[in-house]
Amino acid sequence: MPAASADDRRLQDVAESLRGRFGDAVVETFLGKDGLIVRLRPARLREALTFLKENQGFNALQDIIALDNMKRGPAGLGPAGPRFEVLYQLYRFPEGLRLRLSVEAAEGEELDSAQPVYKSADWAEREAYDMFGIRFAGHPDLRRIYLPDDFEGFPLRKDFPLEGTKRGL
Amino acid sequence: MAFKEIELNMGPQHPSTHGVLRLKLRVDNEVVRGVEPVVGYLHRGMEKLWESQTFHQIVPLTDRLDYIASVSNNLAFVLAAEKLAGVEVPKRGQYIRVILTELQRLASHLAWVGFMANDIGAGTVLLYGFEARETILDFFEDYAGGRLTIHALRLGGVPYDLTPENIALIRKVLDGLPAVLKDIGRLLTENRIWKQRTVGVGILNAADAVEYGLTGPVLRASGVNWDVRKRHAYSSYDDFTFEVPLARNGDLYDRYRVRLAEMDQSMSIVRQALDRLPDGEFRAKVPRVFKVQPGEVFHSIEAPKGELGFYIRSNGTDKPERVKMKSPSFINLQSLEKMCVGNLFADVVAILGSLDIVLGEIDK
Repeated sequence: MPAASADDRRLQDVAESLRGRFGDAVVETFLGKDGLIVRLRPARLREALTFLKENQGFNALQDIIALDNMKRGPAGLGPAGPRFEVLYQLYRFPEGLRLRLSVEAAEGEELDSAQPVYKSADWAEREAYDMFGIRFAGHPDLRRIYLPDDFEGFPLRKDFPLEGTKRGL
Repeated sequence: MAFKEIELNMGPQHPSTHGVLRLKLRVDNEVVRGVEPVVGYLHRGMEKLWESQTFHQIVPLTDRLDYIASVSNNLAFVLAAEKLAGVEVPKRGQYIRVILTELQRLASHLAWVGFMANDIGAGTVLLYGFEARETILDFFEDYAGGRLTIHALRLGGVPYDLTPENIALIRKVLDGLPAVLKDIGRLLTENRIWKQRTVGVGILNAADAVEYGLTGPVLRASGVNWDVRKRHAYSSYDDFTFEVPLARNGDLYDRYRVRLAEMDQSMSIVRQALDRLPDGEFRAKVPRVFKVQPGEVFHSIEAPKGELGFYIRSNGTDKPERVKMKSPSFINLQSLEKMCVGNLFADVVAILGSLDIVLGEIDK
C-alpha cells in the first residue's frame, strides 16, 4: 500500500531527528505493527515530549500505558530491567501518524510528568499511578482516579492478587 | 447582591449523568467556575481480570465496557488480537463485521440523540430515538440472541453467517430509519429552544480539542478531519465510499449535526456492504487454544464515541500479559471543565450530554 510506505518514510524522518537531537538517550527506534516505536531513557522524557510536540508536530497524546514487567513471560520480551514500563501513545493530527514512546522506570523511581506538555496526560497519569503506583514528578494533582483514596496497594501490579486483598476493598 | 462562590455536588446518583458520575462544581451564582469529574464508581478491574482470561474469553467481557455499543468494543479487541497473531479474516466476515458495527453506530447515535434531547427537556425525541433503536436491537436479537451485550464477534470472524432472512430484516430496518431521522430533524434542527440551548454553548476549538486528546464526533464537530475508518482503514472499510461529516464551530449544535449526518453515512455503508456481500467463509479457522507469540500491538477503531483502541502485550501463552484499553469517553470527559467554565449551570447537563460518555467504558 503506497500510503503506508509514505507514512513509514515520514516516521523514519522523525526517528532520525530524535536520534540527532537526543543521541544516546534514544535506546532504539523501529517500525512496529502500528507506527514508530521509540525507546528512550527517562532522564530526557520531558524534553523529548516537548520536542516531539513543538518541533515534530505530534500534537496529541492519546494514551499512557503502564506495564509491570516483574514477571516477564516465558519467552520474555527483552532482558530483565527496571520493573515498570510506561508507553506514551502520540498522534500527529490531522495526518494521523502514530508514535509510541517507551520509557522504563524502576520501583520507586519518579518519571517526569507529561502534563505540562500535553493536557490530556492529566488523567492518564493519575490512572497509571492508581493502578501501578508509578509517580510522576510535576503532575499538579497526582492522586487516585478510580479507587478510593484509602485503598491499599496497586491492583495492576503483577504481585497484587486477582481476588483482591483484605486491606483493599 | 454579592454572592460568594459555592461548591455544588452533582451525582453520583443523578438522572442526567448517564450512569454513576459525580461532578464537583464551583459556581458563582449561575455561572460555572470549575468542574471536577469524579469517576470510578463502576470500576470493575477489567484490565486485571483480562490478564487471567484467554483471548477467547476476553471478547464477551469487552461487551460490558461501552454497553450502548458493544459490537464496537468486540471489534476493537478482536482486531487487535488478530493483528498480533496474524489472523486473516475472510472477506465475507469482514463485511458482516462492518454491517454489525455500523448498525451499532446507528443504535448508539439514536440513543444519544434521545438522551441529549431528554436532558435538555425535549422528552419526545427520546421516544422516537428509542423506538428506532429498538428495531436495530431486534435485528441483533435475531442474529446473535442478545440485545445489549451481544457478543456478536469472535476471533477470526463472526459466529454466524447472515441468512437471507437476516438480510431482509436489515433492509427493513434501514428502510424505516430515514423517516425517523427526518422526524427527529424536524423536531430539533430548526427548533428555537433547541438552538438556544445548543448554539454557541460548550464551544471547544480545534486546537483545544486536539490538545485534550479528543476523538470522534466531538473532535469532528470542532473541524478536525480525523476518522480512523478513513486514515487507518480496517475490516475492509476502504471498499466503501462514505463521507466524514465535519462542522466548524465546535458547539453542542455542531456535535448534534455531525452525529445526525454520520447516521446517513452509516446507513449508506450498510447498504453498500449488503449489496456487495462476498461469498465464502465468514470465519477463519482459529484454534481453540489461541496462543499468540510474544509481541505488542495497538489497534484502534472508530467507535460511536470516538477512537477506541486496545493495546495488547502477549507473552506466548493463550492469555495476554497486559491489555490496556484506550477508552474514548475517558479522554473526552477530561475536557468537560474546559467546556463548562463560563457557561451557565444549566448548561453543564447539556454539555455533558453532548460528549456522549458511557461510564462502563470510563471506569473499566
